[in-house]
Amino acid sequence: MTNAIVAEDLVKVYKSRRGSQEVRALDGVSLTVPEGTVLGLLGPNGAGKTTTVRILTTLLRPDAGFATVSGYDVVKQSRDVRSIIGLSGQYAAVDENLTGWENLYMFGRLYELPKAKTRERVGELLEQFNLSDAGDRTIKTYSGGMRRRLDLAGALIGDPQVLFLDEPTTGLDPRSRLAMWEVIRGLVNAGTTLLLTTQYLEEADELADRIAVVDTGKIIAEGTADELKTQVGGERVEITLEDAGRIEDARRLLSAVSTGEVEVEPRTKRIISPTQGGSKRLLEAARILDDEGIEVEDIGLRRPSLDDVFLTLTGHKAEEETLEEDENA
Amino acid sequence: MSVLESGPVSDALVITWRNLKRIPRIPELAIFAILQSIMFVLLFAFVFGGAIPLPDGGNYKEFLMPGIFVQTIAFASATTAIGMADDMGKGLIDRFRSLPMARSAVLTGRTVADVIYQAGILVVLMLAGLAVGWRVNNGVEKFLLAVLLLLGFAYVMAWIGVWIGLAVPNTETAQQLTFVTIFPLTFISNVFVPPESLPALLQPIAEWNPVSTLTASCRELFGNPNPNIGDGFPSQYPIAVTIGWSILLIAIFAPLAVRKYRNTSR
Repeated sequence: MTNAIVAEDLVKVYKSRRGSQEVRALDGVSLTVPEGTVLGLLGPNGAGKTTTVRILTTLLRPDAGFATVSGYDVVKQSRDVRSIIGLSGQYAAVDENLTGWENLYMFGRLYELPKAKTRERVGELLEQFNLSDAGDRTIKTYSGGMRRRLDLAGALIGDPQVLFLDEPTTGLDPRSRLAMWEVIRGLVNAGTTLLLTTQYLEEADELADRIAVVDTGKIIAEGTADELKTQVGGERVEITLEDAGRIEDARRLLSAVSTGEVEVEPRTKRIISPTQGGSKRLLEAARILDDEGIEVEDIGLRRPSLDDVFLTLTGHKAEEETLEEDENA
Repeated sequence: MSVLESGPVSDALVITWRNLKRIPRIPELAIFAILQSIMFVLLFAFVFGGAIPLPDGGNYKEFLMPGIFVQTIAFASATTAIGMADDMGKGLIDRFRSLPMARSAVLTGRTVADVIYQAGILVVLMLAGLAVGWRVNNGVEKFLLAVLLLLGFAYVMAWIGVWIGLAVPNTETAQQLTFVTIFPLTFISNVFVPPESLPALLQPIAEWNPVSTLTASCRELFGNPNPNIGDGFPSQYPIAVTIGWSILLIAIFAPLAVRKYRNTSR
């Protein structure tokens, strides 16, 4: 399989406004996206996601490293890169005072499509994105979700081989987010190569084939969602007891069937027992406790969420605001 | 394929089209631009004008109008700067820069559209001028030459506006920065008062000020009262100096604006 996107050791350094202090927005980012697949770039604000996208879409020059999109060098062949990519950014970059139709027509013509072909594409896209009725209204009258859809339609007008979506659902309400996912899934099914950035673990899990976790300008882990979860640790049985007094007994009993050290939290009466083998082990744990007459308030099998993955890898939560300078500054 | 289907000319036309489409959608902008100028006309023609005697006793309203045209066009750089800063802030410039379009088109399309817009405003102001007693006394050819000079200057101011719009962080700064630079330029000039009434220190500035030379050119071409600032070169050859200024300023600010655009967020 050929790689649609290749980045090697990208470095971008911003000088802070006040003085000599430097911010390494990217500190050696390498990634590959095979054709027809989706890579989710996952990380908190200021991690370097947007900077990576801006370099790959020729908006920003890297200070070191190199990158190609469909084989074209993003610095030396930027014009060729621009003619095969589509970009939809964090902020819906459409002209508020033009109608939906006019915006798409403008983008199509600037994509160097002939007039007739542009008109045809605009009609198709408005239809596809459920905006036909709103096509003659100025963007000012659109809802947030409609703006995003139009922005995405703008990125697709030239039938790009490679699509970049920078936080496509940030700021959308849950319903619009689901609708957006549906649209993106449709594109992915049609075989578009996609690089998607997101702060939402759920979104990466939902849409991406592979996930690269970015933190402070570096990729700190890469793999499928399952691989990442396994990397952090397997399943565990979580139990809450009725009686805190029996917690030591329970620990002793469960240690015999656990694959790792059993953790106890006396204050919350919780016991966490690492395990392998799914629901069988859950039933086993329940039976052992029942046999000894230890009453259980709650028992369940948990797989690590991507939240756990993130926390383990970075030492902080995904949604946590970092104190670093905003990467768009 | 025709140059109108794709390529730099087609791209510039698309951007021009886009900028012209916006104008009727934000009528406030044009209305306030015109109202501000008309306010100046009323203020000076009917309030201050009576206290400003022209040296050779000419009609103050005829004296005033060409200056108002020039002032309005000088302030046009604010419209351009705000529009450019707005496009930057809204991410549209990033969108344009990610498209395989000619990079020059964003700036040429914008400046051409702004000149067309200014031409429209000029028509309204000229009608207002006729209503308060301004007259064109030297025939159609000279009138058209004056209009050409005004629109040429509008093009210059649009490029300065592009540069300012790209250099400032937001639309508010764009507005204030153009305001504080253009206002003195129009006051230290022959726009509102006969230049001989200015302090001696300011007279050379007023004399060489492109706002003054353009105003003097228009007064001369329209056949309106045109008291000279002195017998210096700009006063004797205002049209030549105005053309010189226009070429010089374009030669400075167009490359600056283009460089600024290329280096945006690099």
